[in-house]
Amino acid sequence: MMADFHYSTDADGVATITWDVPGRTMNILRIEGFIELGNCINAAMSDDNVRGIVITSGKGSFSGGMDLAGFEELTRLGFRESPGAVLEQMMGIHRLLRGLETGGKAANEFEGRKPVVAAIPGTAVGIGFELPLACHRIICADKPDVGIGLPEIKVGLFPGAGGTTRLIRKLGLAAAGPWLFKGTLADPRTALSSGLVDEVVEPDRLLESARKWVLEASEDDLIKPWDRKGYRIPGGTPYDREGFESFVGAPVMINSRTFGVYPAAKACLSAIYEGSLVPFDAAIKIEARWFTSLLMEPSTASMIRTVFTDRKALGKGVRRPAGIEAQRIARLGVVGAGMMGAGIAQVAAKAGMDVVLLDRDQDRANGGKERVAGMLERQAGRGGSSREAVRETLSRIRPSSVLSDLRGCELVIEAVFEDPKVKTGVIAEVAACAGSDCVIASNTSTLPINGLAKAALHAGNFLGMHFFSPVDRMMLVEIIRGSGTGDKAVARAIDFVRAIRKVPIIVNDARFFYANRCIIPYLNEGIRMVGEGVSPALVENAAKLMGMPVGPLQLVDETSIDLAANIAAATKSALGNDYADGDVDRIIDFLVKKGRLGRKVGAGFYEYGPKGKRVGLWPGLAAEFRPLSPQPDIEEVKNRLLLIQVLEAVRSLEEGVLTDVREGDVGAVLGWGLAVWAGGPFSWLDMIGAAAAAELSHELSACHGPRFKAPRLLLTKAANGEKFTAGGATRSAGA
Amino acid sequence: MPNAYVYDAIRSPRGRRNGSLREVSAVRLSAMMIDAVLERSGIGTDCVEDVIWGNVTQVGEQGGCLARAAVLLSGLDDGVPGVSVNRFCASGLEAVNLAANQIRAGDGESYIAGGVEMMSRVPMGSDGTPYAVDPQLAMGTHFVPQGIGADIIATEFGFSREQCDRYAMESQKRAATAWNEGRFSGSIVPVKDHNGILILGTDEHIRPETCMQALAGLEPSFRTIGESMPGFDRVAIMKYPHLERIEHVHHPGNSSGIVDGAAAVLIGSDGFGRMTEARPRARVRSCARVGSDPTIMLTGPVPAARTALERAGMTIDDIDVFEINEAFSAVPLRFMQAFDLDTDRVNVNGGAIAMGHPLGATGAMILGTALDELERSDGETALIALCVGGGMGVATIIERVSGTK
Repeated sequence: MMADFHYSTDADGVATITWDVPGRTMNILRIEGFIELGNCINAAMSDDNVRGIVITSGKGSFSGGMDLAGFEELTRLGFRESPGAVLEQMMGIHRLLRGLETGGKAANEFEGRKPVVAAIPGTAVGIGFELPLACHRIICADKPDVGIGLPEIKVGLFPGAGGTTRLIRKLGLAAAGPWLFKGTLADPRTALSSGLVDEVVEPDRLLESARKWVLEASEDDLIKPWDRKGYRIPGGTPYDREGFESFVGAPVMINSRTFGVYPAAKACLSAIYEGSLVPFDAAIKIEARWFTSLLMEPSTASMIRTVFTDRKALGKGVRRPAGIEAQRIARLGVVGAGMMGAGIAQVAAKAGMDVVLLDRDQDRANGGKERVAGMLERQAGRGGSSREAVRETLSRIRPSSVLSDLRGCELVIEAVFEDPKVKTGVIAEVAACAGSDCVIASNTSTLPINGLAKAALHAGNFLGMHFFSPVDRMMLVEIIRGSGTGDKAVARAIDFVRAIRKVPIIVNDARFFYANRCIIPYLNEGIRMVGEGVSPALVENAAKLMGMPVGPLQLVDETSIDLAANIAAATKSALGNDYADGDVDRIIDFLVKKGRLGRKVGAGFYEYGPKGKRVGLWPGLAAEFRPLSPQPDIEEVKNRLLLIQVLEAVRSLEEGVLTDVREGDVGAVLGWGLAVWAGGPFSWLDMIGAAAAAELSHELSACHGPRFKAPRLLLTKAANGEKFTAGGATRSAGA
Repeated sequence: MPNAYVYDAIRSPRGRRNGSLREVSAVRLSAMMIDAVLERSGIGTDCVEDVIWGNVTQVGEQGGCLARAAVLLSGLDDGVPGVSVNRFCASGLEAVNLAANQIRAGDGESYIAGGVEMMSRVPMGSDGTPYAVDPQLAMGTHFVPQGIGADIIATEFGFSREQCDRYAMESQKRAATAWNEGRFSGSIVPVKDHNGILILGTDEHIRPETCMQALAGLEPSFRTIGESMPGFDRVAIMKYPHLERIEHVHHPGNSSGIVDGAAAVLIGSDGFGRMTEARPRARVRSCARVGSDPTIMLTGPVPAARTALERAGMTIDDIDVFEINEAFSAVPLRFMQAFDLDTDRVNVNGGAIAMGHPLGATGAMILGTALDELERSDGETALIALCVGGGMGVATIIERVSGTK
């Protein structure tokens, strides 16, 4: 059997534990590996010939952290057995790491300890950094593009292998806070100046430096500050003058950033606060208890699955049609050098593709390239990339107004004005001049792909690609397969999205595809409530308290009121008598008549300052739409804003627009931030249970209309007690 | 059920922060109040069942059951025990209520109740508290400091900065008039040193010259912590999501003053009067204590008053005199709004905005002020209520005992 950890000793009595998980480019800690690590440590501690230990990696990096599948296993253990079983697992980890920290002796025994050094050749994150934190010294190879830190919070966890307790005791709350609550990673030199690590050395001197330290370490070097008499946490504790302010500020900042829907930050802060009032070993137990409580939350497993496991799988192209060889895009054509076109050109050029950026005339095309230059320079200014890299990226973009320059492109994405006539004109022109093998994609958020496909010469090579704005920051691309789109075109689109390091989801063609099919009703429901007399502030705040990153009224203002009016008009003409949003149009029409077209004109649902800064909601709304008294309960407002989207997601699945639940969850989370805390709409449904969701939608439809009627698929799942996701966690599980 | 009577109520003058009373210890000022009660009533030093003493910041010289320490330093016999109580800003009134209810339950014949707070000497908050720092508690209750709570009241119930300032100015004016007319002279116990030399004889915090223009120039105290660091307003809005923003209207000029002071009330039964020849001044009709929303924190007086009225079988119109502690302008303004009261029945002799709010003592102080006013204006009933940190409220209704008893 291949081992994850290797153990060796040398003539000087230095034991080296080398982490090298077979078949992987990066080490992750598996349950089995953990046992091996324990055996290695025990071997070293119990061998009288061993003077000290170096823990390092056989790879260019140290570790990517815990095997997240292991966490899922832990949560299952919790639900199957008891929280006590999870706690015991965590305490096992703590005992091992504490044994390292005390050099194999008792915490109050300072003689005869064995020095333990972590020699980190590269990336060390999560438990891959918590293990080094338990060592007596952390020595890092000096490589600039390496990340060190504790990013657990990003997947809904917090460092639960002592990382929280140790970092707080090393740095204090104010200094440790950003690493724990933002999950920021540091390069080795930043890690050194921030006090995360102790020493940074040339990569080829890493092991030599580590061995040297082991052999020269004094007894005093092996006592952690928190094991010394009179130790105080840097920056103070909650009940002393020095620490009071940070400990008052932390819950405020976390509460107002997480809106009460992300339990991990609160659990982490509780571990910190309670831990700061007791000695180290009690603090570790407290940390383990809070970590256990987090693993017992159904939302934790769901969030890990969507944000990490499924997102990674989709990003690797798990939904790519089988049997088609990898499609490399060396040359990309982008037609339309506006904001979206420039954004697409930017990310493609950054990924090493040659880009032809085409517009009606050379000036416009040049303008698009300048826009890219501006965006890249702003990024570089923030430390995103070097000037050299910016120049190189820009050199790959060739602005042009000549259609024939598109020849030789493997993929052409048109991002011209969102109007079927304009788009079909451009598609036909591109199809006529590009080769028959070229895949043509329309970047559209709302126009039916099958309608546009008629303009393409080869419908098999035509599809939709819905990029989100701003393109460089938004991770999702919705690929829309028309009824005539071929597998090869889909595979090429996926390969392109992978190349620009974004995550593709594949949906079938239907009105508004998947994302906008859910987002537009969300906006409409918010607008509708304003018309009903619900306080606009309540609408916006309820959205945030439900976990949405942006309230519906703010979002409409940003995408513009006239766009909402145009979409409504188009929908109305397409649906005829089935159109059900007349009550929304009343409010939109009112704003249009007042010239309040949104942020772009400095007036919409909100008022704006001279620099486009939101000043506040427009008081004219309350004058026009008489405020309800009393106002509805916030839970009702939240439920309306949530269900209106979730039910639409279920309908998308029922109608075959979505064909994979993972895409539904990952798409909603990355695309518009719906129920991130629960792992997306389908995971949320599984969490509360289909029956409860059906009941909720029944209540809402009775009060607010048939748009809340439960789709058949939801009723079926409710009747059969089935879940949407594979392995979705339910609150009642294990009960 | 036996009746509980107020036999006497006295108070020290209130020393402004770091002012004249800074040199007086909490235990000494407490003992002084106890001794004044003994002297005025002429009761024996052994006929008090217990001393129930309100005090908020129970640490250092105010720590370790200050009530018993005060007994030992006073003229009371060592056989009288003592208990410190903490209901934050209503501690002084809570002490009175506890004493009254002991008597109504037939447990003892007389109590000295009251309280002390030497805020110059033992800073507010120096005893430590989990409300703001324990994440489970602070995040769960959407904790914001009291001042932000007061600003939420102003925003939620529509009190403008101008209204709050006008209220504050009126408090100053009324307090000045009350002093000028000698309305407090029957209850003030001048603070003297052990040589008998006067240290302070009048309230030191009043600023009768206060005008609207001067008040308008003051910066809101809670805007920075509300809007930027650490941003309490965002937390407040999570709890009050129909509000778009919190209007920051409170400042030192329309909030209660931080002062030093103490007060004592002699509570006794029917029989106590017969035994000692002391004469009761008022009967305790009812009392109440409630929990209310901890985020807005200071709306407790309204439900506490409702409960007290209900228990007394009275309506708001049956009350002649109101003392509603002026923690912040918005608190009495909200009380008057909720019960649709005219300002001429509420805090007619000014309040804590003008004279200051020695946390543990105020409740007992304003009970005495209400009683004095009943006697001066020949009223029958008074309602005393205070808002309380953590989201609580305490109220008491007293009724004047007229004629000979």
